[in-house]
Amino acid sequence: MKQITVISGKGGTGKTTLVGSFAALAENKVIVDCDVDAPDLHLLVHPEIINKEEFKGVKVAVMDKTLCSECGTCEETCRFNAIASTEESGYAVNPARCEGCGACVFTCPQEAVTLKERVSGYAFISKTNYGPMVHAQLNIAEEASGKLVTVVRNNAQQVAEKEGCELILIDGSPGIGCPVIASLTGVDLALIVTEPTMSGLHDLERIMDVTRHFGIASAVCINKYDINEENSERITEFCRQRGIQVVGKIPYDSVVTEAMVAGKPVVEFSGGVVSDAIKDMWGRINQYE
Amino acid sequence: MGRAMQQNGEQMIIAVASGKGGTGKTTVAVNLALSLPNVQVLDCDVEEPNSHIFLNPVIEEIKPAYTLVPRVNYDFCDYCGKCAAACEYNALVVVPQKEVMVFPELCHGCGLCSLVCPQDAISEEPREIGVIKTGKSGDGNIDLVYGVLNIGEIMATPLIDQVKADIDPEKTVIIDVSPGTACPVIAAVQGSDYCILVTEPTPFGLYDLRLAVEVLRVLKIPFGMVINRAGIGDRKVYEYCEKEGITILLEIPHDTRIARYYSEGVPFVKVMPEWKERFAGIIDKVLL
Repeated sequence: MKQITVISGKGGTGKTTLVGSFAALAENKVIVDCDVDAPDLHLLVHPEIINKEEFKGVKVAVMDKTLCSECGTCEETCRFNAIASTEESGYAVNPARCEGCGACVFTCPQEAVTLKERVSGYAFISKTNYGPMVHAQLNIAEEASGKLVTVVRNNAQQVAEKEGCELILIDGSPGIGCPVIASLTGVDLALIVTEPTMSGLHDLERIMDVTRHFGIASAVCINKYDINEENSERITEFCRQRGIQVVGKIPYDSVVTEAMVAGKPVVEFSGGVVSDAIKDMWGRINQYE
Repeated sequence: MGRAMQQNGEQMIIAVASGKGGTGKTTVAVNLALSLPNVQVLDCDVEEPNSHIFLNPVIEEIKPAYTLVPRVNYDFCDYCGKCAAACEYNALVVVPQKEVMVFPELCHGCGLCSLVCPQDAISEEPREIGVIKTGKSGDGNIDLVYGVLNIGEIMATPLIDQVKADIDPEKTVIIDVSPGTACPVIAAVQGSDYCILVTEPTPFGLYDLRLAVEVLRVLKIPFGMVINRAGIGDRKVYEYCEKEGITILLEIPHDTRIARYYSEGVPFVKVMPEWKERFAGIIDKVLL
């Protein structure tokens, strides 16, 4: 079984557009959305949810006001600025900042603070016209997106084994931090999508450092390569120096946005230069072992 | 220089966020900064900071950022296991009579292990997670502070908090936020007086915008919208803003010149100065 993650460093370079199209082109695969805090792939492949599972991430400190003596020890203890006092309501936990460590529970002399489990999101197993899909949604203002990505990855593995799928196709999130690392662990290939802008080039270098750090084979796709061909040349040269193949160059075309508005993978929405470039690239990616 | 923008006599801190990546947060943050007097920009997208590409700062200081991880003093440790039992992140494993294994990449630096140890055998030592760079834009008008997370590091929030510790109380502060809606975004926007949400008028833009709006409502931070690449996609973002009563602060058209300047790392107000007034005008709407 092969696992491919599409990542980018910089946001908005076209990860989901590509994964949506690969979902239409690839055979016998599980489609996975590991962007759990701002997922968009479902808008192209329209999953029908068949299983929904609560995700309990980190715990949260809960304060019993009737026991609180307003001593302020909790605020002093908390390293995450998650406890503060206001004049009208006294000490309170800010759940959006609480990392559920329990240090305040330990130091409170009144035993007024306890740790409670909280549902931080949901993991889904779904079916689509393109095959099974595994995805999730982190609740608003929650921690632990990396942990939820790991839940999604495990679900994907199970579904792939059960259904006899040969490919796990993963849509990643922007950045280089916790959820991105969780979406890259143990995959066979990272396809890095970039754009020919100074920001794109800068962010490409950082995400390539991450894949190299974790020893993950990488390939690069330059999306909208024709909006600045000199920068595309620089990216190509940079990849050559790093020994990383540029497997695709996709031109800018408003058809990509039109397909998104129609809620379809662009390769199914229309033929043309963009679809041809994506199909060519998919052919090359398929040759990676 | 001019005076910093004020609201009720207080310094203004304005965050620029988006939900979806690549909608134009940095474009808005940088061009807004160049259109106002006496500004400090904090780039809190520590995973992929980009503001410096456009502001071309002369870096004056680079300082490492740390979190704390436990260090076990084996002269006192009796392998009781209370530290490992207390740790919510499984960052410690006690091998009886042999060692206490510490997994720094799992440690959140909360300090609980050190607090619970009955033998006072655990102290804390700093572990570098990234660096904070401070400088002034090439023309000297804008102060920039930005964090750069180390490669392979997962602890973005402490670095974001440390970037924000350098807020200059004498200036209008503009915070460039990372994409998404999870912990790094919350760490970056919290404490702001206002948040500018940048979106593009597409289905992906709208879906992620709704999530970002919910985050700001939970955090009780007032917000308004900048629509970037106006003209592409559909009208649903506009319909959503109207229905939710969200102010549209500015529309930036889908314009090949603007896209070209962006690709070259040039803030477009520098070459299209008529936009300075439009960006500065955002502040009048924010102050209402």
